[in-house]
Amino acid sequence: MSSVPDVRVGNWEAVGLVAGREITGRLKSKAFIITTAATLLLLIGFSLVMKFVAGGSDATVGVSGGSVALEAPLKATATSIGQTIDTRQVDEAAGRAQVDSGDLDALLVGDGSKIVVVVKKEIDEKLRNTLNVLAGQLALNQEITDLGGDPAQVGKQVADAKAEVRPMEPPFDYNGQQLVIGMIAGILIYMSLLINGQSVAQGVVEEKSSRVVELLLATIRPWQLMLGKVVGIGVVGLVQMVVIGGAGIAVGLATGVLTISVSAAVGTVVWLVVWFLLGFFAYSLVFAALGALVSRQEDIGGVITPPLMFVILGYVLGISILPSDPGSKLIEILSMVPLFAPTLMPMRLAMGGVPAWEAGLAVVLVLALIPGLVWLSGRIYRNAVTRSGAKVKLRDALRAT
Amino acid sequence: MAGRRLEIDGVSKRYGDIVALREMTFQVGAGELFGFVGSNGAGKTTTMRIALGVLAADAGVVRWDGEPITLETRRHIGYMPEERGLYPKMKVAEQLVYLARLHGLTTAQAKRSVQEWTERLGVAARRDDEVQKLSLGNQQRVQLAAALVHNPSILVLDEPFSGLDPVAVDVMSKVLSDKAAEGVPVVFSSHQLDLVERLCHRVGIVRNGQMVACDTVEALRAGGIEHLVVDAPRAPRGWADGLPGVTVVEQTGTKTVFELGEGVDDQAVLRAALATGPVTEFSRRGQSLTELFRNVVSESHEAVAA
Repeated sequence: MSSVPDVRVGNWEAVGLVAGREITGRLKSKAFIITTAATLLLLIGFSLVMKFVAGGSDATVGVSGGSVALEAPLKATATSIGQTIDTRQVDEAAGRAQVDSGDLDALLVGDGSKIVVVVKKEIDEKLRNTLNVLAGQLALNQEITDLGGDPAQVGKQVADAKAEVRPMEPPFDYNGQQLVIGMIAGILIYMSLLINGQSVAQGVVEEKSSRVVELLLATIRPWQLMLGKVVGIGVVGLVQMVVIGGAGIAVGLATGVLTISVSAAVGTVVWLVVWFLLGFFAYSLVFAALGALVSRQEDIGGVITPPLMFVILGYVLGISILPSDPGSKLIEILSMVPLFAPTLMPMRLAMGGVPAWEAGLAVVLVLALIPGLVWLSGRIYRNAVTRSGAKVKLRDALRAT
Repeated sequence: MAGRRLEIDGVSKRYGDIVALREMTFQVGAGELFGFVGSNGAGKTTTMRIALGVLAADAGVVRWDGEPITLETRRHIGYMPEERGLYPKMKVAEQLVYLARLHGLTTAQAKRSVQEWTERLGVAARRDDEVQKLSLGNQQRVQLAAALVHNPSILVLDEPFSGLDPVAVDVMSKVLSDKAAEGVPVVFSSHQLDLVERLCHRVGIVRNGQMVACDTVEALRAGGIEHLVVDAPRAPRGWADGLPGVTVVEQTGTKTVFELGEGVDDQAVLRAALATGPVTEFSRRGQSLTELFRNVVSESHEAVAA
């Protein structure tokens, strides 16, 4: 026999080998490719639908003869009451034909001194409002001119006169887009914690039920195996999160559905990644330890449901309270509690308006919790993972040495 | 190379009130094939798991080269657990390369070794198949490959022969003998005592967590009473009844096994046999390992009954 070869394997090399196996195995798996592609398609589809729904005008109005002069005031009036109106100059006969065929919603006729509108049957209620406001404006202008004033100047002064609001505590202006981004961030992080967290537990049980763990633990230490698995699955989840989050934001910005600044968009993705890492790491340590208690895939549900409930509860609270009440005090407090922070904080961060100290405190609290979780889960895992057969009681796993 | 040995020294283990191992002690030297036999639950698997560090012993030491074994030195052991363990959904070659790398081989070394062992064990054609798609026998071969890919300096195999077809048994026997010839101490447990008898240099018999007999096969067999085997095809049943100084131990087909009394002339038996017609076999045989094992195990039953 030749001399004994040097077979030292460093701690981190062992963790790296285990993580590497997880990463290559999962990136190649059909399940991973399909879920990532499906989520991407869903996000892109959602963006396109939003664009389609948001785009286009509320009404198309033809202007003919003397009413051509009303084209600009009509558009301005519509804008001032939150309507978008397309206009088209036509001669009256052609215009009437287009109203009849439905190409035009309405046709303005007459000399432009007052509003005369031709419609097919009924006028759209919103369009009627717009036209009424415009008619009022015209009448007012007429009076002003008759009194020797300048309608344009009066109009400007009227427009500038506004109530001055002095809030004692300036509220954060949540706009609709950020709410939607917040919800999407919530869904992404929730799905990711759910799927990847369960993958960790399933991976642990797979090794236990196939007994390969015995072969592995004859070469590496339990903590190396556990950590390698968590890191490997975490990297895969991270790749998925960055791809989906990045592509979603990019598509949103490119199609014009998202009008938030690029820096805000990047900030959202960065926070998403930070919270995925923190949440995943904290929760998956727990899942790995609890997974080690059982020997069959069917028994996983029973042991990981309690911690999973916190993930679900956080998500459900967020998604049901935040859209109607973005400044909810309850959510604000819970989003700093480590159990709920991984789901709630990224939602709030994506919506904006989170004070820096709150964002920081939530991160610090989870970080402070992690060493304790590493110790505790390492202990449970080490004591339970080689005991196959019946479910190991949590108390026994904690006590055994 | 000399003095490279695996020592199990006074290893004890209890699970609550049940004593699994009581001061288990034996050594396996370089180039030695050691057979580990005993009834189910006697403590063979527990001993091996402790040697591999999968279980912690309550007392006692496992030494390699005279030094207590550590995680680093354990990487030199090739291990085949009783409960076979491989990732069912991982391809054979990928899995073996991974296990070899965990044992400290570089990727290039690992690939070369996987190539070599899959060929030697006859599973080269299945390298790119998932383990779960292989027959049990082939999974067993892959399991053995997993114990060998890192070119171990010690082999510890728990029931390597169970579930193998005769061809695979030959392949496995050859590999174990070759490894021992290379100077590797080989320990394996088995219930196939004829196989143990044929392959092993030394045998240890375990009972209730204790080593009750541990010696070379010859020495173990020498202690017992010798048997006489006679095959007389034409002899009527009961032909040997009444022969002085002999007792019939068993009669299967035309073959009769006698236990010879002290100082009895076996030639008298041969003459009696020849009187019935032709004799196709006449031989003296020491007790087989199976008989020895039965004796040892029944002693334990008597001890328990007493």
